[in-house]
Amino acid sequence: MSRPLCALWVFMVLLGDRLASPYRPETEPLDPEPHEANSIVELEVPPELDGTMSDGELVPHHYPAQRAAKVVQHYLNTRHGSPYRWIELHRVNKASLEDLGQAGKKYYLEISLKEVISNTDLGQCSAEVLFSGEQDQGAPQVQCPCEGLQKLNTTAEEEALFQRLNSSATPLSGSNIPDSYGHIAPEMKPLWHLGAAAASFVMLKESNESTLYNMAQVANITQLETENGQLRFKYHVLLHDMISQEILHWKLLVSWSPAGGVSVLQTEGQPKPAESTPEDTAPTSAS
Amino acid sequence: MRKDDIMIVAGLAFLILCVQNIDCTSDKSMQEGTPWNYDYTRYHPVSEISDWMERVVTENPELVSSSVYGETFEGRNITYLKIGLGSEGVQKKAIWMDCGIHAREWIAPAFCQWFVKEILLHYKTDKKLNEMLKNMNLYVTPVLNVDGYMYSWINESTRLWRKSRSTPPEGCTCHGVDLNRNFNANWGTVGVSRDCCHNTYCGSGPVSEKEAQAVTQFVGSRVDQILCFLTIHSAGQLLLLPYGHPHISAPNYDELMAVGQAAAKAMKAVHGMDYRVGTSPDILYPNSGSSRDWARLMGIPFSYTFELRDKGEFGHLLPEEQIQPACEEAFEGALFIITYVHDKAFYNRTEIGAASVARAFWATVLGSCLATMYLL
Repeated sequence: MSRPLCALWVFMVLLGDRLASPYRPETEPLDPEPHEANSIVELEVPPELDGTMSDGELVPHHYPAQRAAKVVQHYLNTRHGSPYRWIELHRVNKASLEDLGQAGKKYYLEISLKEVISNTDLGQCSAEVLFSGEQDQGAPQVQCPCEGLQKLNTTAEEEALFQRLNSSATPLSGSNIPDSYGHIAPEMKPLWHLGAAAASFVMLKESNESTLYNMAQVANITQLETENGQLRFKYHVLLHDMISQEILHWKLLVSWSPAGGVSVLQTEGQPKPAESTPEDTAPTSAS
Repeated sequence: MRKDDIMIVAGLAFLILCVQNIDCTSDKSMQEGTPWNYDYTRYHPVSEISDWMERVVTENPELVSSSVYGETFEGRNITYLKIGLGSEGVQKKAIWMDCGIHAREWIAPAFCQWFVKEILLHYKTDKKLNEMLKNMNLYVTPVLNVDGYMYSWINESTRLWRKSRSTPPEGCTCHGVDLNRNFNANWGTVGVSRDCCHNTYCGSGPVSEKEAQAVTQFVGSRVDQILCFLTIHSAGQLLLLPYGHPHISAPNYDELMAVGQAAAKAMKAVHGMDYRVGTSPDILYPNSGSSRDWARLMGIPFSYTFELRDKGEFGHLLPEEQIQPACEEAFEGALFIITYVHDKAFYNRTEIGAASVARAFWATVLGSCLATMYLL
């Protein structure tokens, strides 16, 4: 073999060695004190006592920042979600927490977001989430000016859908979206996204530091009469709360138009439907 | 530089690679041993999975056997596939994997089937895999919560069932116990409900459920043999380490974290998906009575919960189109951990990079030889 080739080969082997070098992850200090808890509660280490970070700083991939970031996702979908727009949290990059005493807890987040339908990277956004300190917690307050959202343009598809549904002879209806196999008929996909955007209003309102909501399924959708230039739908959605692992049923009256965006006119939490064997009713919202 | 030299080098490299880790001939002719006409990219009901398990054993008697190790509440068999090479009567080290402890997490049983299929496809040609199967047995339970899984197949309204199907206790009216809160590991202390209608109901007592008893008895009697306990769930894209209680740490937490993070890195390399790694109280929520915690408390040094795709868009209703990519990445993660655990036990090799050194080296050889051919 010629010398330049030998050199190339050696170089490649060395490169391969570097690629295979040991991975040194960041680790956290061990808690050396085993401790018996004697109550069946959500024994979560409050973020401010999670002693590994300094002064309000949170570990981005730990649950407190993740839950707060999910709330931002719900907020963004209430404002920007549509049959052709679904915003998803991609990653939490930085997070910190400010304890405001009576006023509640305020999370400061740097997150990356994605618009899922067009697979658009929305880049990094800053967000603030305030969870109320009061007993009867209102919806969390969210601020998230996100420039990346400007690049989304779904007007054409939305107009086409609006026209089709507005002028259709038979009102649209559907159920179990997605079905048990995760399948969604192509013509129902926009209605699934619309349902998720509408569900985001409920998920936002119901969120607190001990919840993590996603929409599990559109159980049922029925189109109603168009009113005031808005398409209207009755939705029955199933929400999943990761923390309690419960499925929550909600009935929603939803209106939508490309110009008006998504509005939820009425919401109704439903008890768990009975199985074939008698069941108690479940709580309508996660505790 | 002569053309013959290049061809010899390239040919040699190609030959070595084929024998090593890279599968050069993954066409149908290599699918000996996997049951024909079984679609690993679809969800299957219990009856089809049982048939498949029988065929896997029948068609691969030198590698696979099966055994019933317990019974569900409704009296159904709980069965594992035991995968390994070599003679019986030898107390081999082992890896435990169970899928479908939660009924609605359909991607989990799909993964166990995919995992077995991958083993069958590659164990003859993949030297490392072959070696590991000679040294260890893999105990794979494709569906642990058989009653619950069957229930979730009845119709759309039962699809999101999670628990077992045991009858309601005294004074309560709902079926089922959360099997992953029922193990004897700080049972009933945190992250559970005492209300039998709730999805995290931990049962009337630790190991009250027959399904949990089956795992407890089988694994519990082989604790010294079992190097690693993997329990497969969805969703969330997480790799959870013991313990679920926020005030208890495993003594080998650092190593569990390091291996977990390396496994997550291997998973991400497949399709770019992020998997977060950490204890449940850190990255998800505190919980008690999980099988993962129980296994670690029993002394099994490596114990992980895999939470597969996705992060909430479809949740438990993961589309069948995603079965393949989800399983491909999960396979890399599981294989990484299994390889690490094997190398630690048999070679005392704990350098995290060790598991991937072989692959990286041969990939480099191929790269250099291809570059050579191209440049000349």
